[in-house]
Amino acid sequence: MQVTIKLFATFRNGRFKIDHRELPDGTDVRTVVLSLGLTEAEIGIIMLNGRHGELDDRLSDNDTLSLFPLVGGG
Amino acid sequence: MEEAVTFLKEWARDGLLPWSAHCAAVKHFGLTHATVEALALENGLFPARYQRNRNMISTQEQLQLFRSKVAVIGCGGLGGYVIEELARLGVGHIVAIDPDIFEEHNLNRQILSTPATLGKAKVEAALDRVAEINPAVTVTPVKDAFCLANGLELLAGVQVAVDALDSISYRLELAEVSGAAGIPMVHGAIGGWYGHVATQLPGDSTVQNIYRHWVEGKGIEQQLGNPSFTPAVIASLEVAEVCKILLGKGELLRDRKLSIDLLEMEVHEISYKKSSSTELVDAA
Repeated sequence: MQVTIKLFATFRNGRFKIDHRELPDGTDVRTVVLSLGLTEAEIGIIMLNGRHGELDDRLSDNDTLSLFPLVGGG
Repeated sequence: MEEAVTFLKEWARDGLLPWSAHCAAVKHFGLTHATVEALALENGLFPARYQRNRNMISTQEQLQLFRSKVAVIGCGGLGGYVIEELARLGVGHIVAIDPDIFEEHNLNRQILSTPATLGKAKVEAALDRVAEINPAVTVTPVKDAFCLANGLELLAGVQVAVDALDSISYRLELAEVSGAAGIPMVHGAIGGWYGHVATQLPGDSTVQNIYRHWVEGKGIEQQLGNPSFTPAVIASLEVAEVCKILLGKGELLRDRKLSIDLLEMEVHEISYKKSSSTELVDAA
């Protein structure tokens, strides 16, 4: 299946802003996060096709996954 | 009091009360700056120091701001700018809450910090700064950490809570207490080139949703730190939200979060609809 991945803020460093990837059917968000060299603790927001998603969500063909890092300073 | 009002009216020019007349009234009638400002606004006189507010904020609205009480939780990067802007705007009462003192690593961005204030309590610096820039504004300094145990007491009589905290766990406590107190919370957070802002009204759970994946620890700010400009940008957006809440005008950042990337100069709006199944994002 074909999935579009969008990264934001520091997640772009050494990676990409947008990428189209061929992934095995049923791949979940957590697998993609880990394959990008990110940890679960770094994740702020997960958007799946414009809706808030979870690490356990399974991706489908033509999905768009967007990942934002955690921001908490003041 | 009537004498003082007559005095102020005599010295007003085109409806504007000059600072010199304000100070003369303080001295002559033995009044506080806050009392003189209240007398002026209640009698339709616009303190001249606010004259550039005038075409966006009416005398009645300026009085409304003067009668408002806003709590600023955290007096560091965000909080320093928030307090500065609230005081210049003319918000009459600011509760400044922070347990810390200034340290050298604050100097790159925290507007209340100077080499002379190193070692000084941040809330004391806030008190001194506001007294210097707008003596009509009352500051209540609270040198303590805001938490569930003292939160309701600290927010008593407050109309808006401004999140200028640097800890996600304390921020979630503030969200909980603001909801319980029945007041809006303006949320801001920063890290490096990045920051975001959102406004939560009582009953909303936007802040809880923003940090729904958080388990422990800090965000990207731990690695990136914070430069001078990111807190100024996010704090200013927070104060604009506070101003609109206090005056009941404009569109709030309710059920949505503005994410700002100052490195790529991108702004993304992320929606947090009440029902989690209909949450949508424009950018992603």
